[in-house]
Amino acid sequence: MKVEQIAIFLENKSGRMAEITATLAQNGINIRAMSLADTADFGILRLIVNDTDKARKVLKDSGFTVGTTQVLVAEVSDKPGGLAHVLQIIKEGNLNIEYMYAFTQKSGGTGLIIFRFDELDRAIELLAKEHIRLLSGDEVYAI
Amino acid sequence: MIYNEEYETMPRQALEALQLKRLQKQIARVYATVPYYAGKMDEAGVTPADIKTLADIQKLPFTTKEDLRKNYPFGLFTVPMEEVVRIHASSGTTGQPTVVGYTKKDIKMWAELMARSLNAAGAHAKDTIHNAYGYGLFTGGLGAHYGAEELGATVVPISGGNSKRQIMLMKDFKSTVLLCTPSYALNLAETMVDMGVDPKDLALKVGVFGAEPWSENMREEIQAKLGIKAIDIYGLSEIIGPGVAVECIEEQKGLHIMEDHFLAEIVDPDTFAPLALGEKGELVFTTLTKEAFPVIRYRTKDFSRIITTPCSCGRSFYKMEKVTGRSDDMMIIRGVNVFPSQIEHVLMSIEGVEPHYLIIVDRKGNLDTLEVQVEVSEAIFSDEIKQLENLTKRIQTEIKDLLGVSCKATLVEPKTIQRSEGKAQRVIDKRKI
Repeated sequence: MKVEQIAIFLENKSGRMAEITATLAQNGINIRAMSLADTADFGILRLIVNDTDKARKVLKDSGFTVGTTQVLVAEVSDKPGGLAHVLQIIKEGNLNIEYMYAFTQKSGGTGLIIFRFDELDRAIELLAKEHIRLLSGDEVYAI
Repeated sequence: MIYNEEYETMPRQALEALQLKRLQKQIARVYATVPYYAGKMDEAGVTPADIKTLADIQKLPFTTKEDLRKNYPFGLFTVPMEEVVRIHASSGTTGQPTVVGYTKKDIKMWAELMARSLNAAGAHAKDTIHNAYGYGLFTGGLGAHYGAEELGATVVPISGGNSKRQIMLMKDFKSTVLLCTPSYALNLAETMVDMGVDPKDLALKVGVFGAEPWSENMREEIQAKLGIKAIDIYGLSEIIGPGVAVECIEEQKGLHIMEDHFLAEIVDPDTFAPLALGEKGELVFTTLTKEAFPVIRYRTKDFSRIITTPCSCGRSFYKMEKVTGRSDDMMIIRGVNVFPSQIEHVLMSIEGVEPHYLIIVDRKGNLDTLEVQVEVSEAIFSDEIKQLENLTKRIQTEIKDLLGVSCKATLVEPKTIQRSEGKAQRVIDKRKI
């Protein structure tokens, strides 16, 4: 149920995002989901791609600092209250979300929320118990 | 291992008697042959006959880089040019270059000092010495080269630059000793990682590093990354070049000064008053035996202190503490004296922080600002903003705690800080530009 996400350190300089996406494009890597966290001085780009190992390698070879983290991808119904329901479960379970971001699928009427928890295993257990569907890595990479 | 047992282990009393004899002879010769020195002595009202004890050296005026510049190029040479067999010069980035000369005997003496130094670092005739100090006007390359040959070792005169080729040759030649600046040693270690070369595949056992001040933490970093012992060597071209003082591999703590050839003093960096043995201040050297270009009480601008505790290696030479900074490097930030090596010390004590950093000093309004740029390695990178912010806060706090100056720590992408192939550029002081 754990999904691999890569994170890339970015200085606030123009053109860095373009360099990353160009590197990925040249190597035939497709981005599944992304989010950019930024501060005044630097940013962290988080990506889920179709080939984590390859992406990591080509970015490192291009001189970027790349880390890998495990996240959870939860399916929520694409209607008002869908996300609120999941967050209520997390709150009641006393789980702390480090960060989260969302994307929607092309079809199927569900939204996908990516969560980063410190207590990953407990989160899996809790969400499964409440019948929240978590996507496997292979499912996400193949979207 | 002691190269010249007779001199290096000479009892203190005999050594000091030898120093006095050599000092008297040297001062008399300089007074007679260099009008500039004679003029300065006359002005100070001192004659060679006034030097009756070693302490009498304090009566003599200091020599500074300014004196050397005034006499550019050969004004302070004591011998006619036909007796000078070699010229070296400083890079002159801070002004006119300072030029030094050597007679045949000087070169021979220097080679012996470098052979002693390499021997003290554990190198011997069977070693293959990879000499990555720059060859040319800089004293590092040729100075180390002659010493390695004097020792009877095999020298690879690679000079600086082209790190990948350096690593390939060290591997193929099974070099056992590496000579370069400490910052270049780290550059080589990093290049090995990029090339997929495991330092264990090399035959290196020891490195003798000098030409720039470096911290204890940097030593640990080099030792861990290259799997070698890192030995500090000290020297400056105005005195002779590398080989003025060196650590012994037995203790790696304090550098034995080649006292049979150089007389060391420590003075207060502001008042220039002599300080007692063991006190910290500016190092001052007088050459006792050099022929072509002797210097009298040369102010090095390097900060150290003299250690008189007997050393387990058996040498009777006093040691100087590892140089932690130069008055040249010293930055005065909001009235506080700051050495780059102190910042390096803080950075190296934080796990995962790479020894690649840049210090930027600027002035905003009337206030000095200090920024420390640190590269984000995988070891310290996190996908969470707060972790990275904690890291910058920690650097800021520790620098503030140690130095009493607030700074801004900035994380930068890997390999964006320029790598050194010689002396590392660690500080950009925009206040001066």
